[in-house]
Amino acid sequence: MSDSPYAVEMHDIVIKFPGVLANDRVDFTLKRGEIHALLGENGAGKSTLMNVLAGLYKPNSGTLRVNGKVVSFNSPRDAIAQGIGMVHQHFMLVPTQTVTENILLGLPEPRFFLNLPRFERKIQELQSQFGLTVDPKAKIWQISVGEQQRVEILKTLYRGANVLIFDEPTAVLAPQEIHDLIATMRALVAQGKSIVFISHKLHEVEAVADRITVLRKGRVTAGGLPMAGRTRRELAQLMVGRDVVFEVAKEATPPGEAVLKLQQLKATSNKGTPALRGLSLEICAGEIVGIAGVAGNGQSELAECITGLRPCDSGEVTVAGTQLTNQPPLTAILAGVSHIPEDRTRVGSAPNLTITDNIIMKCYRQDPIGNGITIDEPSATKFANELKERYDILAPGVQTLARKLSGGNLQKVILAREITANPRVIVAVQPTRGLDVGAVEAIQQHLLQQRKAGTAILLISEELEELIALSDRIAVIFDGQVMGVVGAHEFNLHEIGLMMTGTRLEALRSPHGRKV
Amino acid sequence: MIHLPFTLLVEKRTEEVPRWLPAATSVGSVVLAFVVSGIVLAFIGANPLQVYGFFARATFGSWAAFSDTLVKATPLILVGLACSVAFKMKLWNIGAEGQFYIGAFFASLVVLVPLLPTDGPPWLMIPAMMGMGMLGGALWGFLPGLLKARFQVNEIITTLMLNYVAVLWNNFWIFDRWSDAGFQMTPTFGRNSWLPRLSDYAREYPVFSGLTLHLGVFFGLFAAAAVWWILQRSRWGYEIRLIGDNPQAARYAGISIARNVIWVMMLSGALAGLAGMAEISGVVHRLQERISPGYGFTGIIVAWLAKLHPLGVILVSILFGALIVASREVQPSGIAQMIQGFVLFALISSDVLLRYKIRLVRAAPQPAGHPGEFA
Repeated sequence: MSDSPYAVEMHDIVIKFPGVLANDRVDFTLKRGEIHALLGENGAGKSTLMNVLAGLYKPNSGTLRVNGKVVSFNSPRDAIAQGIGMVHQHFMLVPTQTVTENILLGLPEPRFFLNLPRFERKIQELQSQFGLTVDPKAKIWQISVGEQQRVEILKTLYRGANVLIFDEPTAVLAPQEIHDLIATMRALVAQGKSIVFISHKLHEVEAVADRITVLRKGRVTAGGLPMAGRTRRELAQLMVGRDVVFEVAKEATPPGEAVLKLQQLKATSNKGTPALRGLSLEICAGEIVGIAGVAGNGQSELAECITGLRPCDSGEVTVAGTQLTNQPPLTAILAGVSHIPEDRTRVGSAPNLTITDNIIMKCYRQDPIGNGITIDEPSATKFANELKERYDILAPGVQTLARKLSGGNLQKVILAREITANPRVIVAVQPTRGLDVGAVEAIQQHLLQQRKAGTAILLISEELEELIALSDRIAVIFDGQVMGVVGAHEFNLHEIGLMMTGTRLEALRSPHGRKV
Repeated sequence: MIHLPFTLLVEKRTEEVPRWLPAATSVGSVVLAFVVSGIVLAFIGANPLQVYGFFARATFGSWAAFSDTLVKATPLILVGLACSVAFKMKLWNIGAEGQFYIGAFFASLVVLVPLLPTDGPPWLMIPAMMGMGMLGGALWGFLPGLLKARFQVNEIITTLMLNYVAVLWNNFWIFDRWSDAGFQMTPTFGRNSWLPRLSDYAREYPVFSGLTLHLGVFFGLFAAAAVWWILQRSRWGYEIRLIGDNPQAARYAGISIARNVIWVMMLSGALAGLAGMAEISGVVHRLQERISPGYGFTGIIVAWLAKLHPLGVILVSILFGALIVASREVQPSGIAQMIQGFVLFALISSDVLLRYKIRLVRAAPQPAGHPGEFA
């Protein structure tokens, strides 16, 4: 090891892609034993910069030093040889193989005979050193997403990484798992590892980073600032380039009559296990009801039952008196249910069709666009142009294909479509997931406007902050049942957290203490 | 390693493909195929220019030759459209061959049962045969469509197997029931059930004498226009395109996929059935063995090369029709097939140009990975 205090120094890095300057003379340094957050909106060039460090891209110009020595990587293998490993956002694991097998995959050792117990011991040593517990014999498909991430971390550690790059590691995790991950990251730096933490979630950066570097449109807007003493507003401004409103101004509006009624809803998940187990809930006009819960406790199935995409085993769904239980999706659409689906690319849009075609998806049946058996092209185009303007969708034109849009703009297309349908009910599932600060703000504002206009909104989100900011009431869901519903005046993170792990509200508030 | 002053840079396209490029690559690859075939011809001692000159004369050289080419192109247009419609919805109908045969069979029923008086006027006979042909093809598409919609039975398997059923079904009737004096064909139909040909008007217009082009070519052109209109302008076509691109999104938009599977399979079958009707009523004038030299399968290639675009289907069909005619005129007949193979090869590989940009640049540092995929 050299005397340089820096594990990594990147200087004047330039990366050009066809038509885009992804990194424009970027400087970045990583001290030994620090957590350095790399902040920026989607497309700011964070991942590109880190892909250079991980040996995936070669820069057009610039220098890269590791431990003070100039290096040049031709492949990820070279980067790993210098002790740099990347924990990818999308895990690269083989589901049918065990944890140990996945960790060993692609290594020269073991050569031929798989003496797994020997390697399992080695892996267990690593685990106890850093507090990364996973059963080495378990198959990947059997373990949770959080554990899978630990396997990815173990993989890089096993390969001798001293510098770990975490690419948006929290995007796939439940709140508790995020907590564990932060603890792991602290344990790693405590033992001398250095970490780059790529994120656009300010509160996580606040919680974990020692220093931050902010990128905007390929350029550094803040390089290596110490985190201490920064405000969130300041960071957001550096990311977005303008002031961002964090406090969501919400007018008090008296909720109207109950519009969406769910009674004793039961449904089965794709795996054939019970997903909803007698869920009841009512949402009134002009009210946002947030659904809080750890991912996989029936949230997706709930949204699908309401919108007709999943059959209910029993129970009842009604919207303003119209029976929607086990009706096709069209019935829900005609009854005024709009749906912002969880998966915008796989469910919410058709990637190879134009913005226009995507925007008319719910209204092509009606005048003036659906004109008898034809589709009236001029009015469809006019409609799409209007919405593009009104919802600030950034694209060269309405003939642009949906797959060319960034996540935020695609979400605006979906939102524009769902809101202009004049819905009675909006089912919004993770509407801001993975979006940058500017887009999040725009989408939250649109939802609040709909609330004001008297729409009943079911908001399913894993961001508790978002739920608390937007909701009039929060229903906490656990194992397919509602653990309790709390009103805006009594939101309490501790209580919500306990309900998310399976304690009922009555039990929490009863004088006899809590039962689990 | 040799260091050249220039390197070939292959970059993933990040921007929109220019509108003219797909057509240009298609034309370019046809030219390339002819160049490569020419080299092969030169190797075996023939003069490629002479051979191509002969091809050109045999297929486009005179009105009679061009008329022959269009006659061969007619079933290809209809079958190519049949495949395009289904493929647009990612419904892999490879049963156009069977739908073609059943279409021919149903159309024959009008004459052979007979469903209409044998001396019926042509204006009644021909529309009736068209209707029956389309009905038969639609029925042959309905079966796999229903199985797919109801029980998720893979349509590739069912449509493929139904091809054999259709051919054997036809054989039963022409070998046994309707055999003409023991030959494997039915008696020739009455002239009232023949599609009008240009040569029928030779007495009024002497230029038409000997021209075999029949009314069926207009079925093809009209069907191409209709298919274009359905896909690009109608609500149904919008649903087909949406399902084809993302069935989950289509379901989310309230579209019944099952119903569309059945309807599209029936439309596809009807087009192929019409091709079968046009072939027996316009060319052979009876039901017989091997009325299709594999039109149903060539239609798959035609649809693919035309990038599922109706106008492209017409152009590709004319090219392939010409190659069929040429293969009859040039010995050995395999030469035309070889060219057909090279065209296919070149067209498919030209897709690379649509997905990647290839540039010649001065040797410079280049990204180690796929630079197109940045976050």
